[in-house]
Amino acid sequence: MSVIIILLGASLLVAIFFLAAFIWSVRNGQFEDNFSPAHRVLFETKPAETTCKSGNACTNTNCKSRICQHN
Amino acid sequence: MATIAVIPDTKLQCAHCGEDCPDNKIVLENNHFCCEGCKLVYEILNENGLCDYYTLNENPGQSQRITVRKDKFAFLDDKKIQQQLIQFQDDNQTHITFYIPHIHCSSCLWLLENLHRLDAGVQRVTVNFTRKEALVIFRQQETSLRHIAETLTSIGYEPYISLQDLRQKKPRIQRDLVYRLGVAGFCFGNIMLLSFPEYFSNYGYSDEKMNHLFRWLNLSLSLPVFFYSAQVFFRSAWGGLKTGFLNIDVPIVLAIIVTFIRSLTDVFSEQGAGYFDSMTGIVFFMLVGRILQDKTYQGLSFDRDYTAYFPIAVSVLKNGQEVPTALPDIRNNDTLLIHNQELIPADGILVKGNAIIDYSFVTGEAVPVHKATGEIVYAGGKQLEGNIEILTIKEVAQSYLTSLWNREELRAPENKQVSFIHMLSRYFTWVVLSIAVIAATYWWAHDPSRIWPAVTAVLIIACPCALLLAASFTNGHILRILSRRHLYLRNADAIERLATIDHIVFDKTGTLTGKAEATISYEGPILTPEKLMAIGTLAAQSNHPLSKMISSFCGKDERLPVRNFRSIEAKGISGWIEYNFIQLGSAAFIGAENNTSTDGSTVYIKIDGHQAGRFIIRHQYRSGIQSLLQQLQHQYSLSLLSGDNDAESAYLQKIMGPSASLHFAQKPADKLNYVVSLQQQGHRVLMIGDGLNDAGALKQSDIGISLTENSNNFTPASDGILEAAELIRLPRLINTCRNNRRIIIITFIISLLYNFIGLFFAVQGSFSPLTAAILMPASSISIVLLTYGLSEWMNRS
Repeated sequence: MSVIIILLGASLLVAIFFLAAFIWSVRNGQFEDNFSPAHRVLFETKPAETTCKSGNACTNTNCKSRICQHN
Repeated sequence: MATIAVIPDTKLQCAHCGEDCPDNKIVLENNHFCCEGCKLVYEILNENGLCDYYTLNENPGQSQRITVRKDKFAFLDDKKIQQQLIQFQDDNQTHITFYIPHIHCSSCLWLLENLHRLDAGVQRVTVNFTRKEALVIFRQQETSLRHIAETLTSIGYEPYISLQDLRQKKPRIQRDLVYRLGVAGFCFGNIMLLSFPEYFSNYGYSDEKMNHLFRWLNLSLSLPVFFYSAQVFFRSAWGGLKTGFLNIDVPIVLAIIVTFIRSLTDVFSEQGAGYFDSMTGIVFFMLVGRILQDKTYQGLSFDRDYTAYFPIAVSVLKNGQEVPTALPDIRNNDTLLIHNQELIPADGILVKGNAIIDYSFVTGEAVPVHKATGEIVYAGGKQLEGNIEILTIKEVAQSYLTSLWNREELRAPENKQVSFIHMLSRYFTWVVLSIAVIAATYWWAHDPSRIWPAVTAVLIIACPCALLLAASFTNGHILRILSRRHLYLRNADAIERLATIDHIVFDKTGTLTGKAEATISYEGPILTPEKLMAIGTLAAQSNHPLSKMISSFCGKDERLPVRNFRSIEAKGISGWIEYNFIQLGSAAFIGAENNTSTDGSTVYIKIDGHQAGRFIIRHQYRSGIQSLLQQLQHQYSLSLLSGDNDAESAYLQKIMGPSASLHFAQKPADKLNYVVSLQQQGHRVLMIGDGLNDAGALKQSDIGISLTENSNNFTPASDGILEAAELIRLPRLINTCRNNRRIIIITFIISLLYNFIGLFFAVQGSFSPLTAAILMPASSISIVLLTYGLSEWMNRS
């Protein structure tokens, strides 16, 4: 029967762990905004564009434009 | 301001904001734009490689037609103002939260969180979508608060900074209840589990020692629920008792305490397992209901007063220099420079400039007023044409408009009617108490040893938690159903008050009429296109709003010569256009007979001394208003309170019915007094309005609903916010609130059946923990399901 007592203790500990996790997540503000995190993970972090996108023979090395009229 | 809705001849959509483009002149690559502002935003984003903004969502931007003044955020350089806005600052970085009303989609999120690519001083931006806030962390050595605000504005995300930000911090959401719920749920679940061996002990599945251990474990698990989670109910009951009011929490607390004591004595005297599972379960379910009912709309604010409407700072002229000054620091005899489209923050005397002031939000007058130098201008008006200078005669807090908030009526604590649920619970409590007494006397005569178990069991059953559950879950559902229909109520009490109203008071401007649209029509002999063009050209010379409407109706030709242009205050204008002498103005000015009654403002035309025809400018009523009012007048008495003149009274009387009372030229205080007089006659008043001028009446009425064209706009303090397009569905919304009461009563009757079953065992003194453990969750869960099903079914579309 002592095995039941050990199991009981273990199950209560697991439950307390989850309660603590719940309280931590509420305190952390995870339930306050349920839109941003869900969308944030979908954004790709592309490297910032470094070259001219316009296809023109642009000489400005810092130009990132798609519509530039340099040259 | 009133303008004419122009039908675009092209169906081009602006690549930035999605609005129709008036012409196809503003082009960049293959993208068309509605205005230079939108094009500019596109250029900025393109320069910085941020065009993904446009690929995440279609046309995510906001129209930039109304440009923001260049130095608008100059006040953010002021150290004193900065300190009041900044949340945290150390040597390296500063944290500030901006409220940005335009946040509405994932594109916004993406762009704002990439702000560091536009301003290298920004370290990180975190958007809170539900609150429409952006937390900006920046290095103050590399950039400034003002620069960030200006960068945000340049990409179409102008932060909204109002006087309210100076006064108070936004209330944080209540996390306390959620913690209590978590603890109650944890304890409830484990007690349930640990109670199983006890339930089946009669069948020989368990051993005594184990049961003993489980009982003590249950007891210790119930302690946090009793002493922590249930505190909410104890506090509320104690608060009720102190003021001599027996609210629904009193019998509930009584039942919780009795259950706990009975369970303790059972365990200590080793007679049984007690009712720990029932007690914790009840607390858990009631907390769920309370959280559901208290759900708040974080994006909306129901407590805005004038401070949320007023800017945080204005330009004060000192020795010819513009000095941005925080509003509370404005003193009498300061000279304020009010820019085009800015708000006048304090009462003052106009000293310089051409003042055309739109008071529609403050007084309800639809037509902007012209003020000459030397006249008094009141706080709250919006300057429409160019810059003006005023000399303040009263400080902000003492101004005409702000003094409305300091009235006694509005300061007095609210004395609203008591919910029928508390009444119901009171009867319920007396009935159950008398059953307990009867049971006690019966067992006293027959078997005194069963008095204690019988009486405690009856009191456990007596808990009107089923009623509370029914009420809180139904309220929660109804609030959600209403919000799906774009009526956002402040709290659950408002549902009940909306259900019982019998008199509806409407505001006119902005409520019955749309905010922006007015129609203009011409009556009289047909004019040639040349004549029309000439009239339009003359009207274009004047800044009067009616003239502007006429000129955009007729068109104008800038090449036409205008000679001898004269404008006579409050009468009309005249001038020579090419070879015609044209006069536009009131009947008296033209010398026309004013015998026809129309429902709007009329401008008469005279060409070369001959009367031609007239323009009629009507404020457009929202579509469907007529049938709405005709439907409502059968059920409710209606009133109209307008700050405007009575030009349209005949038309309004017609659509609102003969019994409706119409009042025009009402000042904010008159509106408030009218609502008070209705209430003194015993009416329960619903006030529907939209502006600051209605604020007093909205607050005084039994329930005040403010209309908004989009939920980002300013709405005065009220019990509910309704999207303007949904106003025509008002009868249905009220009906939904009426269903609320029906559903609560139906579910309550059903829960009574459970109580009778429980009482049947209880009075016999044989109410076992197992029966309680089955009855309690069964009744709670079935009530939750029933309220949900009934609310959806009764309010189905």
